[in-house]
Amino acid sequence: MKDYVAPHLHEEVQRREFLRLMSASLALGGLGACTRQPTERIYPSARSPESRIPGKPLFFATAMPMTGGAQPILVESHMGRPTKIEGNPLHPGGFAATTAQAQAAVLGLYDPDRSQVVKHDGRISNWPAFLGSLREALDGLDEQGTGLRILTETVLSPSLADQLWSLLNDKPAAVWLQYEPVNRDTARVGAKLAFGEDVLPIPSFEHADVVLAIDSDFMTTGPASVRLARDFAARRRAHETGAKLCRLYAIESAPSPTGSMADHRLGLSPARIDALVRVIARAVGADVDAPEVASLPAEHRIWVEALVADLTASRGRSVVIAGELQAPAVQALAHTMNAALENAGATIHYFDPIEMEPVDQVASLHQLVDEIEAGDVRALVILGGNPAYTAPADLDFGECMSRVPFCAHLALHEDETSQRCGWHVPEAHFLESWSDTSAYDGTASIVQPLIAPLYEGRTSHEIVAALAGFVGKSSYETVRAYWKRESFTDDFDALWARSLHDGWLAETAFEPRSVSLSPDLAVNLGEPAPVFEGDRMEVHLRPDPMIWDGRFANNGWLQELPKPITALTWDNAALISPVTARRLRIEREELVEIECERGKVEAAALIVPGHADDCVTLHLGYGRTKAGKLGSGLGCDAFRLVSSAAGWSSVGRLQSTGRRYRLARTQLHHNMEGRDIVRSENIEELSSGSSSTHSESSGSEDQHEEREHTLLAPPAPHDGPAWGMVIDLSTCMGCNACVVACQSENNIPIVGKEEVLRGREMHWIRVDSYFEGHESSPEILHQPVPCMHCENAPCEVVCPVGATVHSAEGLNDMVYNRCVGTRYCEANCPYKVRRFNFYRYADFETPSLKMMRNPDVTVRSRGVMEKCTYCVQRINEARVRAKKEGREIRNGEVVTACQGVCPSSAIAFGDLNDPDSKVSRLRSLPQHYGLLAELGVRPRTTYLSRVTDKNPEVEKA
Amino acid sequence: MGCHSQILAESPILEQVRESYDRDLPIPWTRVHDLPDFVRFDHSIHVKKGVGCSSCHGRVDRMPLVAQGSNLQMDWCLSCHRHPEGTLRPEDEVFDPAWRPPADQEIRGRDLLTKNSIRLKPLTDCSICHQ
Repeated sequence: MKDYVAPHLHEEVQRREFLRLMSASLALGGLGACTRQPTERIYPSARSPESRIPGKPLFFATAMPMTGGAQPILVESHMGRPTKIEGNPLHPGGFAATTAQAQAAVLGLYDPDRSQVVKHDGRISNWPAFLGSLREALDGLDEQGTGLRILTETVLSPSLADQLWSLLNDKPAAVWLQYEPVNRDTARVGAKLAFGEDVLPIPSFEHADVVLAIDSDFMTTGPASVRLARDFAARRRAHETGAKLCRLYAIESAPSPTGSMADHRLGLSPARIDALVRVIARAVGADVDAPEVASLPAEHRIWVEALVADLTASRGRSVVIAGELQAPAVQALAHTMNAALENAGATIHYFDPIEMEPVDQVASLHQLVDEIEAGDVRALVILGGNPAYTAPADLDFGECMSRVPFCAHLALHEDETSQRCGWHVPEAHFLESWSDTSAYDGTASIVQPLIAPLYEGRTSHEIVAALAGFVGKSSYETVRAYWKRESFTDDFDALWARSLHDGWLAETAFEPRSVSLSPDLAVNLGEPAPVFEGDRMEVHLRPDPMIWDGRFANNGWLQELPKPITALTWDNAALISPVTARRLRIEREELVEIECERGKVEAAALIVPGHADDCVTLHLGYGRTKAGKLGSGLGCDAFRLVSSAAGWSSVGRLQSTGRRYRLARTQLHHNMEGRDIVRSENIEELSSGSSSTHSESSGSEDQHEEREHTLLAPPAPHDGPAWGMVIDLSTCMGCNACVVACQSENNIPIVGKEEVLRGREMHWIRVDSYFEGHESSPEILHQPVPCMHCENAPCEVVCPVGATVHSAEGLNDMVYNRCVGTRYCEANCPYKVRRFNFYRYADFETPSLKMMRNPDVTVRSRGVMEKCTYCVQRINEARVRAKKEGREIRNGEVVTACQGVCPSSAIAFGDLNDPDSKVSRLRSLPQHYGLLAELGVRPRTTYLSRVTDKNPEVEKA
Repeated sequence: MGCHSQILAESPILEQVRESYDRDLPIPWTRVHDLPDFVRFDHSIHVKKGVGCSSCHGRVDRMPLVAQGSNLQMDWCLSCHRHPEGTLRPEDEVFDPAWRPPADQEIRGRDLLTKNSIRLKPLTDCSICHQ
């Protein structure tokens, strides 16, 4: 990692060498003017590509393939280089924003550790040699293709599935298998239990008044999360919805962004969730064999009674959502409850699953292992994925696959699986490929390349074409031919052009379908899982919120992106509740051993208020041995605890090793210590005018609670725009997508774990999370903190060189070329939003990373302060555009990177001088307040307090 | 090719341009007016607001070999950003290489400031050029 994250740490410049270089530069300085630039060449295109103007970015629609469903996106391209990803507002599935992972895909493309050449037995080879070897292997098989196995991830691409089907048609003895660690296996079984068939439930919050999320992080996880977060947030803005908010109850094991948004949240271990959901299901009228609510212990009884009363009072206007990784019984119970509450068809809709060939993936991998062991597999072609790392530990797939005579792996990185394969073929990144894929609602998107493959990357389409004997058939030909055949239109060219432009294909979305409950559901549910206490506890395994199943392990942006709520970077940790920690005498950052039936791992403990007792959460994706320079050797490998039989929840022992391990977190204190940093109030307080924000307000017109008397000069009036930002804490769920969007837009470097430990992370916006209330059921509050652009900015008055000054439009400008690095500004900033380049964190050498940079933003060097600029490059761009058209900047024309990516639209930005702008309207609301506004700095970034809709029945308890 | 497919289409001095077009290979130009990378400059808005080509680039029409028309130091940029009225031209004279400020430029310039609705205050903000 250090090789290119922190080259400064290894620069051993000798004193003599230093003096030699310095004297050379002093001599040059004396001879020529010091502003003389080295000669620069310009290479304009001999034939200019269509609509390309140097300096003006172009946007192209494509889609990012992701577990469960594609993320439709727009990609900003500067002179042919993709640099930034935005949501696609034209997509009918509601993808105007993106997830954090989609933002980081740009770094995934330019990752210098991507595999660049075809390798055979670890030695450099080439594509023709691979094709020759593949042909030889296929010729060794019979006509039927006996012994050929193709292992893919979940295929969502219609044309790839079509290719595979026709290949299997030609070679009926060949087998196509699918495996991805995060899959719909349990959701599928759950749906089949309930309805006898597999369906994909998609809630809709428009008419929902009560939502119950059962270990479902629907706002940040899953293929529809971007849309669901936006829809749910729309029902949580008290100033838009009026007196009634959509009330959210959450039951979950580890605190998630969705759980932190809940009005009422219960932290329970998976087995206890199973048992409790049965009770709730029975109480809302489902035909389930379960105890009565009255039999519950007091602390849960009141909670459940209130929930059941709320749900039954909102028949047809409530939703029950179960997380896709919950046990099948819980999934089935959620379906049953929705039926019993008459929600099906009203607030929740069922669609056909979008997988092209739904299969039980663990069973699929099991079958492959058995066949390999029986010696039936002669040739194994693995298209994407990393099964040697992600397979359940008991299958020992890595060991097993090395026994196959011909084994080839197509992957972005030379990873654990490639290591065990004879052939490794570098995969083209989705930003370099032609393909197609589907979003959660079935809408197909064409994946179009933004750039020619940087290396020798190939797509799955090309490999499958080669398997079928069509060597050299390009992905473009395959995809286009498929849609030409499927589209039934006279004017295919027009359809193709429109689909590429809009980013989706018309008339491919699925229609919601009706389902009916299976009559023998109650019989099939089985007994609830046993609850463990004492030294055996449930081990709750989940994909990492950032690096997912390990596929993004080498992505520095996602590694350094603080995980929601824990603010942990560069590691996974054993998350346990304070009660469990005390019981087992485990302290924070103590290395604990988690021993399951199948294996054991060591992880550092992290104590998380609100986590379920008697349960430990561990995220997957870490402990990689061959991920790349950044991703290898971080954290522990939780896949070693996964067994193919036990699924997502296993049972193990937790014991301390007595050793310690430092975890790099970006927030070390999660308690507000009685201050009102994040303000929170219930909706009745807000509507009755007794809100905390209101009463403490000094009554000044603009809601600033600043002192009435100040020696500071009033800000000079300005007739142009006055930029300001308002962040709605009612809808911020702490997903951190804004942080990585800002990083991508503003060329913010990563610093590495060691530097994060020193508190030197460079993010221009951070999301602080606080726990309020009791440690077992705290309220979890989030607060994004960018630069406040104070009108009386404390940083400006202490800068000895005028490197940070105020602009006429109210921006607190940072002038890098003036900064001499005194760090006085940082010391005087009450919000701690300024970041200093202690070292040369930005990589000025790696060619691929140079291509990634936003050319409109200066790349900062060592010794320079930096901070949020309100995306001044976007303001300037909008101003120039407006002026050229002879008008003022339109309301809403400037969208900052953090605002554009926010799935729940929590961030508003605009002109405070315009009374019609969104920020002006939000500033006049009673819940509006400025953070630390009593300092008199007059922050331009302000907040709307968090408004909740608590059930008074629960509160009474 | 553009213009030179019609004008001076046979000229030997333009052989390089024709060759570039035929072989689809770019001509490596030397950047004469080269600003540091921490400065952003947008031509279009300057042209739109009445800053003529020759005000910065000099009399390119009389240069046998193109040389830098002005020093491009920050105080030079600021001299105009502080007092654009000395440089502003009517729209139809922006591309005139021979343009010289008329005697009453101060008055004409001030009229153009109003006509082109130029706000002076933001013009000297750091973030106008450094972003």
